[in-house]
Amino acid sequence: MKHVVCLKVTPKIEQIKFDEQKKTIIREGVENEINAADKNALEAALKLKDSAGGTVVVLSMGPPSFESYLKLAVAMGADDAVLLSDRAFAGADTFATSRVIAAGIDKLRPFDVVYCGEASADGSTEQVPPSVAEWLGVPHVSYVSELAVVGDKVRARREITNGHEVVEVKPPVLVSIQLGCNSPRFPDFRRKRWADTEFKLKTFNMQDLGFAPTDVGLEGSRTEVTGLSRMRSPERKREFINGAEEEITRRLVQIVRG
Amino acid sequence: MSKTGGVFVFIEQTDGVLEDASLEVLGKGREIADSLGVTLTGAILGDGVGELAKQCAHRGAHVVIVADSPLLKNFTPETYNNVVAKMVKDHDPDMLLIGATHNGTALAGMLAVRLGAGLMAHVVDLEIEAGTGTLLGSVPGFGGSIVAVCKCKKGRPQMATVRPGVFKLPQPTEEAGSVESFPLDLKPEDLRCEVVERKIERGMSVSKAERVVVAGLGCKDNLALPKKLAEVSGSSFCVSRPLADKGAAPKHLVVGSTGSSLNAKLAIVVGVSGAAHFTSGLRNVETVVAVNSDPNAEIFKHADYCVVGDASKLVPRLISELGGSGGGT
Repeated sequence: MKHVVCLKVTPKIEQIKFDEQKKTIIREGVENEINAADKNALEAALKLKDSAGGTVVVLSMGPPSFESYLKLAVAMGADDAVLLSDRAFAGADTFATSRVIAAGIDKLRPFDVVYCGEASADGSTEQVPPSVAEWLGVPHVSYVSELAVVGDKVRARREITNGHEVVEVKPPVLVSIQLGCNSPRFPDFRRKRWADTEFKLKTFNMQDLGFAPTDVGLEGSRTEVTGLSRMRSPERKREFINGAEEEITRRLVQIVRG
Repeated sequence: MSKTGGVFVFIEQTDGVLEDASLEVLGKGREIADSLGVTLTGAILGDGVGELAKQCAHRGAHVVIVADSPLLKNFTPETYNNVVAKMVKDHDPDMLLIGATHNGTALAGMLAVRLGAGLMAHVVDLEIEAGTGTLLGSVPGFGGSIVAVCKCKKGRPQMATVRPGVFKLPQPTEEAGSVESFPLDLKPEDLRCEVVERKIERGMSVSKAERVVVAGLGCKDNLALPKKLAEVSGSSFCVSRPLADKGAAPKHLVVGSTGSSLNAKLAIVVGVSGAAHFTSGLRNVETVVAVNSDPNAEIFKHADYCVVGDASKLVPRLISELGGSGGGT
Protein backbone atom coordinates (compact mmCIF):
# COMPACT_ATOMS: atom_id res chain seq x y z
CA MET A 1 0.00 0.00 0.00
CA LYS A 2 1.09 3.52 -0.63
CA HIS A 3 0.07 6.01 2.06
CA VAL A 4 0.35 9.73 1.30
CA VAL A 5 0.10 12.16 4.23
CA CYS A 6 -0.55 15.88 3.68
CA LEU A 7 1.20 17.99 6.29
CA LYS A 8 0.63 21.69 6.80
CA VAL A 9 3.25 23.72 8.58
CA THR A 10 1.27 26.24 10.59
CA PRO A 11 2.37 29.29 12.50
CA LYS A 12 1.74 29.16 16.23
CA ILE A 13 -1.55 30.99 16.25
CA GLU A 14 -0.88 33.05 19.35
CA GLN A 15 2.07 34.69 17.56
CA ILE A 16 0.18 35.54 14.39
CA LYS A 17 -0.05 38.95 12.79
CA PHE A 18 -1.69 40.15 9.61
CA ASP A 19 -0.46 42.09 6.63
CA GLU A 20 -3.28 44.60 6.30
CA GLN A 21 -2.21 45.57 2.74
CA LYS A 22 -1.89 42.11 1.27
CA LYS A 23 -4.53 40.75 3.62
CA THR A 24 -2.45 37.68 4.29
CA ILE A 25 -0.63 36.31 7.30
CA ILE A 26 2.79 37.64 8.21
CA ARG A 27 4.79 34.48 8.74
CA GLU A 28 8.14 36.15 9.32
CA GLY A 29 9.33 35.95 12.91
CA VAL A 30 6.56 33.57 13.90
CA GLU A 31 7.47 30.09 15.09
CA ASN A 32 6.08 27.26 13.03
CA GLU A 33 5.05 23.73 13.84
CA ILE A 34 3.51 20.76 12.07
CA ASN A 35 -0.26 21.25 12.37
CA ALA A 36 -1.42 19.13 15.31
CA ALA A 37 -4.19 17.24 13.47
CA ASP A 38 -1.72 16.48 10.65
CA LYS A 39 0.57 14.76 13.16
CA ASN A 40 -2.42 12.58 14.06
CA ALA A 41 -2.87 11.93 10.32
CA LEU A 42 0.78 10.87 10.03
CA GLU A 43 0.44 8.59 13.05
CA ALA A 44 -2.71 7.02 11.53
CA ALA A 45 -0.76 6.33 8.33
CA LEU A 46 2.26 4.91 10.17
CA LYS A 47 -0.05 2.66 12.19
CA LEU A 48 -1.75 1.35 9.08
CA LYS A 49 1.66 0.81 7.51
CA ASP A 50 2.69 -1.14 10.63
CA SER A 51 -0.32 -3.44 10.28
CA ALA A 52 -0.95 -3.58 6.52
CA GLY A 53 2.49 -2.75 5.13
CA GLY A 54 3.53 -0.35 2.41
CA THR A 55 5.29 2.99 2.28
CA VAL A 56 4.42 6.38 3.72
CA VAL A 57 5.12 9.56 1.77
CA VAL A 58 4.64 12.96 3.40
CA LEU A 59 3.79 15.99 1.29
CA SER A 60 3.58 19.67 2.07
CA MET A 61 3.21 22.99 0.28
CA GLY A 62 5.39 25.89 1.34
CA PRO A 63 8.77 27.61 1.17
CA PRO A 64 12.08 25.65 1.13
CA SER A 65 12.46 26.28 4.87
CA PHE A 66 9.64 23.78 5.46
CA GLU A 67 12.03 20.97 4.44
CA SER A 68 13.06 20.57 8.08
CA TYR A 69 9.47 19.76 9.09
CA LEU A 70 9.22 17.12 6.40
CA LYS A 71 12.52 15.67 7.62
CA LEU A 72 11.04 15.54 11.10
CA ALA A 73 8.18 13.49 9.64
CA VAL A 74 10.75 11.20 8.01
CA ALA A 75 12.42 10.80 11.40
CA MET A 76 9.02 9.80 12.80
CA GLY A 77 8.84 7.01 10.23
CA ALA A 78 7.85 8.36 6.81
CA ASP A 79 9.76 6.75 3.94
CA ASP A 80 9.78 9.67 1.54
CA ALA A 81 8.89 13.37 1.41
CA VAL A 82 7.72 15.84 -1.22
CA LEU A 83 7.70 19.62 -0.95
CA LEU A 84 5.53 21.66 -3.32
CA SER A 85 7.31 24.96 -3.44
CA ASP A 86 6.97 28.02 -5.63
CA ARG A 87 6.62 31.72 -4.88
CA ALA A 88 3.53 31.69 -7.10
CA PHE A 89 1.73 29.39 -4.63
CA ALA A 90 1.54 32.13 -1.98
CA GLY A 91 -1.74 33.70 -0.89
CA ALA A 92 -3.87 30.75 -2.02
CA ASP A 93 -7.38 30.12 -0.66
CA THR A 94 -8.70 26.58 -0.17
CA PHE A 95 -9.55 26.26 -3.89
CA ALA A 96 -6.05 27.07 -5.14
CA THR A 97 -4.34 25.28 -2.25
CA SER A 98 -6.24 22.03 -2.76
CA ARG A 99 -5.53 22.21 -6.49
CA VAL A 100 -1.75 22.34 -5.99
CA ILE A 101 -1.75 19.66 -3.28
CA ALA A 102 -3.86 17.36 -5.47
CA ALA A 103 -1.45 17.88 -8.39
CA GLY A 104 1.45 16.92 -6.12
CA ILE A 105 -0.35 13.76 -4.97
CA ASP A 106 -1.22 13.00 -8.59
CA LYS A 107 2.53 12.68 -9.25
CA LEU A 108 2.66 9.90 -6.64
CA ARG A 109 0.06 7.65 -8.32
CA PRO A 110 -0.71 4.88 -7.80
CA PHE A 111 -1.56 5.58 -4.16
CA ASP A 112 -4.03 3.84 -1.85
CA VAL A 113 -4.83 6.13 1.05
CA VAL A 114 -4.32 9.89 1.30
CA TYR A 115 -4.43 11.32 4.83
CA CYS A 116 -5.10 14.89 5.95
CA GLY A 117 -5.70 16.37 9.39
CA GLU A 118 -9.34 17.35 9.86
CA ALA A 119 -8.51 21.05 10.20
CA SER A 120 -5.57 23.41 10.37
CA ALA A 121 -4.94 25.43 13.52
CA ASP A 122 -4.69 28.70 11.58
CA GLY A 123 -7.35 28.70 8.87
CA SER A 124 -9.58 25.97 10.36
CA THR A 125 -11.74 25.86 7.23
CA GLU A 126 -11.76 22.03 7.07
CA GLN A 127 -12.26 22.46 3.32
CA VAL A 128 -8.90 21.33 1.94
CA PRO A 129 -9.38 17.56 2.51
CA PRO A 130 -12.73 17.24 0.64
CA SER A 131 -11.48 19.63 -2.04
CA VAL A 132 -8.29 17.59 -2.62
CA ALA A 133 -10.43 14.43 -2.88
CA GLU A 134 -12.58 16.08 -5.54
CA TRP A 135 -9.55 17.22 -7.59
CA LEU A 136 -8.17 13.66 -7.38
CA GLY A 137 -11.54 12.10 -8.18
CA VAL A 138 -11.37 9.76 -5.17
CA PRO A 139 -13.96 9.17 -2.43
CA HIS A 140 -13.48 10.88 0.86
CA VAL A 141 -14.23 10.00 4.47
CA SER A 142 -13.98 12.88 6.92
CA TYR A 143 -13.48 13.22 10.70
CA VAL A 144 -12.03 9.73 10.99
CA SER A 145 -10.89 8.48 14.41
CA GLU A 146 -10.14 4.81 13.64
CA LEU A 147 -8.88 3.14 10.51
CA ALA A 148 -8.30 -0.48 9.48
CA VAL A 149 -7.80 -2.52 6.34
CA VAL A 150 -10.49 -5.19 5.95
CA GLY A 151 -10.08 -7.39 2.87
CA ASP A 152 -9.79 -5.10 -0.13
CA LYS A 153 -11.45 -2.22 1.72
CA VAL A 154 -10.57 0.46 4.21
CA ARG A 155 -12.90 0.64 7.21
CA ALA A 156 -13.18 4.01 8.94
CA ARG A 157 -15.07 5.27 11.96
CA ARG A 158 -16.14 8.89 11.52
CA GLU A 159 -17.93 11.42 13.72
CA ILE A 160 -21.22 12.95 12.64
CA THR A 161 -23.67 15.26 14.45
CA ASN A 162 -24.70 13.52 17.70
CA GLY A 163 -22.92 10.28 16.93
CA HIS A 164 -20.66 8.29 14.67
CA GLU A 165 -20.80 5.95 11.70
CA VAL A 166 -18.57 3.26 10.25
CA VAL A 167 -17.83 3.48 6.54
CA GLU A 168 -16.19 0.95 4.22
CA VAL A 169 -14.61 2.03 0.96
CA LYS A 170 -12.26 0.59 -1.64
CA PRO A 171 -8.99 2.47 -2.11
CA PRO A 172 -7.90 4.83 -3.49
CA VAL A 173 -9.53 7.02 -0.86
CA LEU A 174 -8.81 10.21 1.06
CA VAL A 175 -9.43 10.35 4.81
CA SER A 176 -9.32 13.34 7.12
CA ILE A 177 -8.18 12.40 10.60
CA GLN A 178 -9.55 13.78 13.86
CA LEU A 179 -7.37 15.93 16.03
CA GLY A 180 -6.28 13.99 19.10
CA CYS A 181 -7.52 10.56 18.00
CA ASN A 182 -4.08 8.99 18.55
CA SER A 183 -0.70 9.79 20.13
CA PRO A 184 1.86 10.69 17.45
CA ARG A 185 5.12 8.78 17.92
CA PHE A 186 8.38 10.56 18.69
CA PRO A 187 11.06 10.99 16.02
CA ASP A 188 13.65 8.24 16.05
CA PHE A 189 17.11 9.54 16.84
CA ARG A 190 18.95 7.55 14.16
CA ARG A 191 16.33 8.27 11.52
CA LYS A 192 16.55 11.95 12.42
CA ARG A 193 20.30 11.95 11.85
CA TRP A 194 19.85 10.11 8.56
CA ALA A 195 17.06 12.46 7.46
CA ASP A 196 19.18 15.52 8.24
CA THR A 197 22.36 14.29 6.54
CA GLU A 198 21.73 11.82 3.72
CA PHE A 199 18.04 11.90 2.91
CA LYS A 200 16.97 13.99 -0.11
CA LEU A 201 13.38 15.02 -0.49
CA LYS A 202 11.70 15.77 -3.81
CA THR A 203 10.62 19.29 -4.68
CA PHE A 204 8.04 20.22 -7.31
CA ASN A 205 7.51 23.78 -8.50
CA MET A 206 4.70 25.33 -10.55
CA GLN A 207 6.13 24.14 -13.90
CA ASP A 208 6.70 20.62 -12.60
CA LEU A 209 3.02 20.46 -11.72
CA GLY A 210 1.96 21.87 -15.08
CA PHE A 211 0.29 25.03 -13.82
CA ALA A 212 0.17 28.59 -15.12
CA PRO A 213 0.40 31.52 -12.68
CA THR A 214 -3.35 32.11 -13.05
CA ASP A 215 -4.07 28.61 -11.70
CA VAL A 216 -2.33 29.01 -8.35
CA GLY A 217 -1.77 31.29 -5.38
CA LEU A 218 -3.68 34.54 -4.97
CA GLU A 219 -4.53 34.65 -8.69
CA GLY A 220 -5.89 31.13 -8.77
CA SER A 221 -8.07 31.73 -5.70
CA ARG A 222 -11.84 32.07 -5.84
CA THR A 223 -12.28 34.06 -2.66
CA GLU A 224 -10.73 37.24 -1.31
CA VAL A 225 -10.52 38.93 2.03
CA THR A 226 -12.03 42.42 1.91
CA GLY A 227 -11.46 43.38 5.49
CA LEU A 228 -10.27 42.15 8.83
CA SER A 229 -11.53 42.81 12.28
CA ARG A 230 -10.98 41.55 15.76
CA MET A 231 -13.79 39.35 16.93
CA ARG A 232 -15.84 41.70 19.10
CA SER A 233 -17.15 40.33 22.34
CA PRO A 234 -20.23 41.82 23.98
CA GLU A 235 -19.74 43.99 27.02
CA ARG A 236 -19.97 41.93 30.20
CA LYS A 237 -20.57 43.03 33.82
CA ARG A 238 -17.38 41.30 35.00
CA GLU A 239 -18.53 41.39 38.62
CA PHE A 240 -16.33 39.35 40.91
CA ILE A 241 -18.26 37.48 43.59
CA ASN A 242 -16.09 37.35 46.68
CA GLY A 243 -16.51 36.07 50.20
CA ALA A 244 -16.82 32.76 51.97
CA GLU A 245 -17.95 29.74 50.00
CA GLU A 246 -21.43 29.86 51.58
CA GLU A 247 -21.91 33.46 50.43
CA ILE A 248 -20.64 32.73 46.95
CA THR A 249 -22.91 29.71 46.72
CA ARG A 250 -25.95 31.70 47.90
CA ARG A 251 -25.29 34.38 45.31
CA LEU A 252 -24.83 31.83 42.54
CA VAL A 253 -28.08 30.11 43.48
CA GLN A 254 -29.85 33.49 43.18
CA ILE A 255 -28.37 33.98 39.71
CA VAL A 256 -29.29 30.47 38.59
CA ARG A 257 -32.85 30.79 39.93
CA GLY A 258 -33.06 34.18 38.20
CA MET B 1 -36.26 23.25 -16.16
CA SER B 2 -36.07 27.02 -15.84
CA LYS B 3 -33.05 28.54 -14.19
CA THR B 4 -34.26 29.98 -10.92
CA GLY B 5 -31.07 31.72 -9.82
CA GLY B 6 -31.41 33.23 -6.35
CA VAL B 7 -30.34 31.56 -3.15
CA PHE B 8 -29.90 27.80 -2.88
CA VAL B 9 -29.66 25.89 0.42
CA PHE B 10 -28.60 22.27 0.90
CA ILE B 11 -30.86 20.76 3.57
CA GLU B 12 -29.29 17.93 5.52
CA GLN B 13 -31.25 15.14 7.17
CA THR B 14 -30.02 12.06 8.98
CA ASP B 15 -32.31 9.05 9.43
CA GLY B 16 -35.35 11.20 8.69
CA VAL B 17 -34.51 14.04 11.06
CA LEU B 18 -33.73 17.52 9.70
CA GLU B 19 -30.52 19.11 10.92
CA ASP B 20 -31.15 22.33 12.85
CA ALA B 21 -28.10 23.83 11.17
CA SER B 22 -29.83 23.47 7.80
CA LEU B 23 -33.05 25.07 9.02
CA GLU B 24 -31.09 27.97 10.47
CA VAL B 25 -29.48 28.49 7.08
CA LEU B 26 -32.89 28.26 5.43
CA GLY B 27 -34.11 31.06 7.72
CA LYS B 28 -31.14 33.29 6.90
CA GLY B 29 -31.39 32.32 3.23
CA ARG B 30 -34.97 33.58 3.11
CA GLU B 31 -33.92 36.89 4.68
CA ILE B 32 -31.24 37.31 2.00
CA ALA B 33 -33.59 36.22 -0.80
CA ASP B 34 -36.22 38.74 0.36
CA SER B 35 -33.69 41.56 0.52
CA LEU B 36 -32.64 40.83 -3.08
CA GLY B 37 -36.12 39.96 -4.34
CA VAL B 38 -35.05 36.50 -5.51
CA THR B 39 -36.14 32.91 -4.99
CA LEU B 40 -35.02 30.69 -2.09
CA THR B 41 -34.60 27.10 -3.20
CA GLY B 42 -33.95 24.23 -0.79
CA ALA B 43 -32.57 20.87 -1.85
CA ILE B 44 -33.10 17.73 0.21
CA LEU B 45 -31.68 14.28 -0.51
CA GLY B 46 -32.59 10.99 1.12
CA ASP B 47 -34.83 7.95 1.11
CA GLY B 48 -38.51 8.77 1.72
CA VAL B 49 -37.97 12.42 2.58
CA GLY B 50 -41.14 13.87 0.97
CA GLU B 51 -42.61 14.80 4.36
CA LEU B 52 -39.41 16.54 5.41
CA ALA B 53 -39.46 18.48 2.14
CA LYS B 54 -42.97 19.75 2.98
CA GLN B 55 -41.72 20.91 6.39
CA CYS B 56 -38.99 22.89 4.67
CA ALA B 57 -41.57 24.42 2.33
CA HIS B 58 -43.17 25.82 5.50
CA ARG B 59 -39.85 27.17 6.76
CA GLY B 60 -39.22 29.80 4.14
CA ALA B 61 -38.24 27.93 0.98
CA HIS B 62 -40.12 29.07 -2.13
CA VAL B 63 -39.20 25.81 -3.81
CA VAL B 64 -37.94 22.56 -2.32
CA ILE B 65 -36.30 20.09 -4.68
CA VAL B 66 -36.37 16.48 -3.51
CA ALA B 67 -34.02 13.76 -4.62
CA ASP B 68 -35.54 10.59 -3.24
CA SER B 69 -33.87 7.21 -3.62
CA PRO B 70 -32.82 4.25 -1.46
CA LEU B 71 -29.32 4.97 -2.78
CA LEU B 72 -29.42 8.36 -1.04
CA LYS B 73 -30.46 6.93 2.34
CA ASN B 74 -26.99 7.56 3.78
CA PHE B 75 -24.86 10.63 3.27
CA THR B 76 -22.02 9.60 1.00
CA PRO B 77 -20.00 12.63 -0.11
CA GLU B 78 -19.37 11.58 -3.74
CA THR B 79 -22.95 10.61 -4.50
CA TYR B 80 -24.43 13.62 -2.75
CA ASN B 81 -21.90 15.80 -4.54
CA ASN B 82 -22.96 14.38 -7.91
CA VAL B 83 -26.64 15.00 -7.25
CA VAL B 84 -26.34 18.46 -5.68
CA ALA B 85 -23.91 19.62 -8.37
CA LYS B 86 -26.48 18.64 -11.01
CA MET B 87 -29.24 20.50 -9.17
CA VAL B 88 -27.07 23.58 -8.86
CA LYS B 89 -26.15 23.51 -12.54
CA ASP B 90 -29.84 23.24 -13.45
CA HIS B 91 -30.94 26.09 -11.21
CA ASP B 92 -27.85 28.26 -11.59
CA PRO B 93 -28.20 30.05 -8.23
CA ASP B 94 -26.19 33.13 -7.28
CA MET B 95 -25.55 31.78 -3.80
CA LEU B 96 -25.24 28.32 -2.26
CA LEU B 97 -25.43 28.01 1.52
CA ILE B 98 -24.77 24.91 3.61
CA GLY B 99 -24.86 24.32 7.39
CA ALA B 100 -21.32 23.62 8.62
CA THR B 101 -22.02 20.22 10.16
CA HIS B 102 -19.44 17.50 9.50
CA ASN B 103 -21.43 16.24 6.52
CA GLY B 104 -22.18 19.74 5.24
CA THR B 105 -18.50 20.67 5.44
CA ALA B 106 -17.44 17.50 3.60
CA LEU B 107 -19.99 18.15 0.86
CA ALA B 108 -19.15 21.84 0.47
CA GLY B 109 -15.45 21.24 -0.12
CA MET B 110 -16.15 18.82 -2.95
CA LEU B 111 -18.93 20.92 -4.46
CA ALA B 112 -16.81 24.06 -4.59
CA VAL B 113 -14.17 22.31 -6.67
CA ARG B 114 -16.75 20.62 -8.92
CA LEU B 115 -18.49 23.94 -9.55
CA GLY B 116 -15.31 26.02 -9.69
CA ALA B 117 -16.86 28.18 -7.00
CA GLY B 118 -15.46 30.26 -4.15
CA LEU B 119 -16.26 28.96 -0.70
CA MET B 120 -16.27 30.80 2.61
CA ALA B 121 -15.96 28.37 5.51
CA HIS B 122 -17.80 28.33 8.85
CA VAL B 123 -19.10 31.89 8.54
CA VAL B 124 -20.50 33.52 11.66
CA ASP B 125 -22.36 36.18 9.70
CA LEU B 126 -23.63 36.79 6.20
CA GLU B 127 -24.43 40.15 4.65
CA ILE B 128 -25.21 41.55 1.25
CA GLU B 129 -22.82 44.23 0.02
CA ALA B 130 -24.71 47.44 -0.67
CA GLY B 131 -24.79 48.34 -4.34
CA THR B 132 -23.32 45.12 -5.72
CA GLY B 133 -25.54 42.50 -4.09
CA THR B 134 -22.41 40.44 -3.43
CA LEU B 135 -22.45 37.94 -0.56
CA LEU B 136 -20.11 38.89 2.28
CA GLY B 137 -19.18 36.22 4.81
CA SER B 138 -17.51 36.75 8.19
CA VAL B 139 -14.97 33.96 8.46
CA PRO B 140 -13.34 33.38 11.85
CA GLY B 141 -9.71 32.33 11.74
CA PHE B 142 -6.59 32.07 13.85
CA GLY B 143 -8.29 30.46 16.76
CA GLY B 144 -11.37 32.64 16.42
CA SER B 145 -9.65 35.84 17.51
CA ILE B 146 -9.89 37.52 14.13
CA VAL B 147 -12.73 37.68 11.66
CA ALA B 148 -12.05 38.14 7.97
CA VAL B 149 -14.84 39.55 5.85
CA CYS B 150 -14.60 37.58 2.62
CA LYS B 151 -16.28 37.46 -0.73
CA CYS B 152 -16.14 35.23 -3.77
CA LYS B 153 -14.26 37.02 -6.55
CA LYS B 154 -14.49 34.34 -9.24
CA GLY B 155 -16.75 31.44 -10.07
CA ARG B 156 -20.40 30.81 -9.43
CA PRO B 157 -22.35 30.33 -7.20
CA GLN B 158 -20.96 32.21 -4.21
CA MET B 159 -20.70 29.52 -1.53
CA ALA B 160 -20.62 29.58 2.25
CA THR B 161 -20.89 27.06 5.05
CA VAL B 162 -22.52 28.50 8.18
CA ARG B 163 -21.54 27.69 11.74
CA PRO B 164 -24.40 25.97 13.59
CA GLY B 165 -26.23 28.20 16.05
CA VAL B 166 -25.38 31.65 14.68
CA PHE B 167 -28.75 32.16 12.98
CA LYS B 168 -32.17 31.60 14.53
CA LEU B 169 -34.37 28.63 13.68
CA PRO B 170 -37.22 29.86 11.47
CA GLN B 171 -40.75 29.34 12.80
CA PRO B 172 -43.12 27.26 10.66
CA THR B 173 -45.22 29.52 8.43
CA GLU B 174 -48.69 29.27 6.89
CA GLU B 175 -47.10 30.10 3.56
CA ALA B 176 -45.93 26.98 1.76
CA GLY B 177 -43.43 26.77 -1.04
CA SER B 178 -43.76 24.22 -3.80
CA VAL B 179 -42.14 20.79 -3.68
CA GLU B 180 -40.58 19.38 -6.84
CA SER B 181 -38.99 16.00 -7.36
CA PHE B 182 -35.60 15.82 -9.01
CA PRO B 183 -35.05 13.14 -11.65
CA LEU B 184 -32.22 10.74 -10.79
CA ASP B 185 -30.29 8.13 -12.69
CA LEU B 186 -28.28 6.59 -9.86
CA LYS B 187 -26.93 3.07 -10.01
CA PRO B 188 -25.84 1.01 -7.00
CA GLU B 189 -22.30 0.84 -8.40
CA ASP B 190 -22.12 4.66 -8.18
CA LEU B 191 -21.88 4.34 -4.40
CA ARG B 192 -18.23 4.12 -3.49
CA CYS B 193 -18.58 4.42 0.27
CA GLU B 194 -20.78 2.04 2.22
CA VAL B 195 -22.10 3.02 5.64
CA VAL B 196 -22.07 -0.22 7.63
CA GLU B 197 -22.99 1.16 11.06
CA ARG B 198 -24.42 4.33 12.55
CA LYS B 199 -25.11 5.31 16.16
CA ILE B 200 -26.79 8.58 17.03
CA GLU B 201 -27.83 9.88 20.42
CA ARG B 202 -30.38 12.58 19.84
CA GLY B 203 -30.36 15.20 22.51
CA MET B 204 -30.99 18.88 22.73
CA SER B 205 -28.54 20.56 20.42
CA VAL B 206 -26.05 22.73 22.26
CA SER B 207 -26.94 25.88 20.34
CA LYS B 208 -30.66 25.62 21.22
CA ALA B 209 -30.29 25.09 24.96
CA GLU B 210 -31.80 27.76 27.24
CA ARG B 211 -29.26 27.04 29.95
CA VAL B 212 -25.90 25.36 29.74
CA VAL B 213 -23.10 24.20 31.98
CA VAL B 214 -19.80 24.22 30.10
CA ALA B 215 -16.90 22.17 31.44
CA GLY B 216 -13.27 22.83 30.54
CA LEU B 217 -9.87 21.29 31.18
CA GLY B 218 -9.90 22.78 34.70
CA CYS B 219 -12.49 20.14 35.64
CA LYS B 220 -9.68 17.61 35.16
CA ASP B 221 -11.23 14.29 34.31
CA ASN B 222 -14.02 14.61 36.84
CA LEU B 223 -16.94 15.53 34.60
CA ALA B 224 -19.48 13.98 36.99
CA LEU B 225 -19.70 17.26 38.92
CA PRO B 226 -20.45 19.64 36.04
CA LYS B 227 -22.82 17.02 34.59
CA LYS B 228 -24.69 16.83 37.89
CA LEU B 229 -24.77 20.64 38.09
CA ALA B 230 -26.30 20.68 34.62
CA GLU B 231 -28.91 18.19 35.74
CA VAL B 232 -29.98 20.01 38.93
CA SER B 233 -30.01 23.44 37.25
CA GLY B 234 -32.00 22.25 34.25
CA SER B 235 -29.11 22.91 31.88
CA SER B 236 -27.56 21.14 28.92
CA PHE B 237 -24.02 19.89 29.43
CA CYS B 238 -21.34 20.91 26.98
CA VAL B 239 -17.56 21.26 26.86
CA SER B 240 -14.65 23.31 25.56
CA ARG B 241 -12.68 21.92 22.64
CA PRO B 242 -9.64 20.49 24.51
CA LEU B 243 -11.85 18.17 26.58
CA ALA B 244 -13.34 16.70 23.43
CA ASP B 245 -9.91 16.45 21.81
CA LYS B 246 -8.82 14.36 24.79
CA GLY B 247 -11.75 12.07 24.16
CA ALA B 248 -13.47 13.00 27.44
CA ALA B 249 -16.64 14.16 25.67
CA PRO B 250 -18.12 13.84 22.18
CA LYS B 251 -17.34 16.55 19.61
CA HIS B 252 -20.92 17.64 19.08
CA LEU B 253 -20.89 19.05 22.62
CA VAL B 254 -18.07 21.48 21.80
CA VAL B 255 -18.72 25.20 22.21
CA GLY B 256 -16.73 27.67 20.11
CA SER B 257 -15.38 28.37 16.66
CA THR B 258 -14.98 24.70 15.72
CA GLY B 259 -18.20 23.67 17.45
CA SER B 260 -21.47 25.39 18.15
CA SER B 261 -22.40 28.90 19.17
CA LEU B 262 -24.55 29.17 22.28
CA ASN B 263 -27.82 31.07 22.41
CA ALA B 264 -28.54 30.42 26.08
CA LYS B 265 -30.00 32.78 28.68
CA LEU B 266 -27.51 31.46 31.23
CA ALA B 267 -24.15 29.75 30.79
CA ILE B 268 -22.18 28.48 33.79
CA VAL B 269 -18.62 28.02 32.59
CA VAL B 270 -16.44 25.87 34.85
CA GLY B 271 -12.69 25.44 34.46
CA VAL B 272 -12.42 26.99 31.01
CA SER B 273 -9.41 29.26 30.45
CA GLY B 274 -11.19 31.40 27.84
CA ALA B 275 -9.21 31.20 24.59
CA ALA B 276 -10.68 33.19 21.69
CA HIS B 277 -11.89 30.06 19.87
CA PHE B 278 -14.04 29.30 22.88
CA THR B 279 -15.34 32.76 23.84
CA SER B 280 -16.51 33.40 20.27
CA GLY B 281 -19.21 30.83 21.04
CA LEU B 282 -20.49 32.86 24.03
CA ARG B 283 -21.39 36.01 22.11
CA ASN B 284 -25.14 35.40 22.11
CA VAL B 285 -25.37 34.28 25.74
CA GLU B 286 -27.37 36.62 27.95
CA THR B 287 -25.60 35.94 31.26
CA VAL B 288 -22.25 34.22 31.67
CA VAL B 289 -21.06 32.90 35.06
CA ALA B 290 -17.42 31.77 35.13
CA VAL B 291 -15.70 29.70 37.80
CA ASN B 292 -11.94 29.38 37.57
CA SER B 293 -9.09 28.94 40.02
CA ASP B 294 -6.87 31.42 38.18
CA PRO B 295 -7.84 35.05 38.99
CA ASN B 296 -6.19 36.20 35.76
CA ALA B 297 -7.99 33.71 33.54
CA GLU B 298 -9.04 35.21 30.22
CA ILE B 299 -12.56 33.83 30.71
CA PHE B 300 -13.30 36.50 33.33
CA LYS B 301 -13.17 39.16 30.60
CA HIS B 302 -16.11 37.41 28.99
CA ALA B 303 -18.22 36.79 32.09
CA ASP B 304 -20.90 38.75 33.91
CA TYR B 305 -20.26 36.99 37.21
CA CYS B 306 -16.77 35.85 38.06
CA VAL B 307 -15.89 33.39 40.81
CA VAL B 308 -12.27 32.71 41.65
CA GLY B 309 -12.18 29.38 43.40
CA ASP B 310 -11.87 25.65 43.44
CA ALA B 311 -14.65 24.17 41.35
CA SER B 312 -14.32 20.79 43.03
CA LYS B 313 -15.45 22.42 46.29
CA LEU B 314 -17.85 25.04 44.95
CA VAL B 315 -19.78 22.95 42.48
CA PRO B 316 -20.89 20.29 45.04
CA ARG B 317 -22.18 23.07 47.32
CA LEU B 318 -24.06 24.60 44.44
CA ILE B 319 -25.49 21.22 43.51
CA SER B 320 -26.76 20.54 47.02
CA GLU B 321 -28.21 24.08 47.35
CA LEU B 322 -30.03 23.60 44.07
CA GLY B 323 -31.59 20.42 45.36
CA GLY B 324 -29.17 17.73 44.29
CA SER B 325 -27.27 15.20 46.36
CA GLY B 326 -23.97 17.03 46.15
CA GLY B 327 -22.65 15.31 43.10
CA GLY B 328 -22.20 11.92 44.71
CA THR B 329 -18.88 12.88 46.26
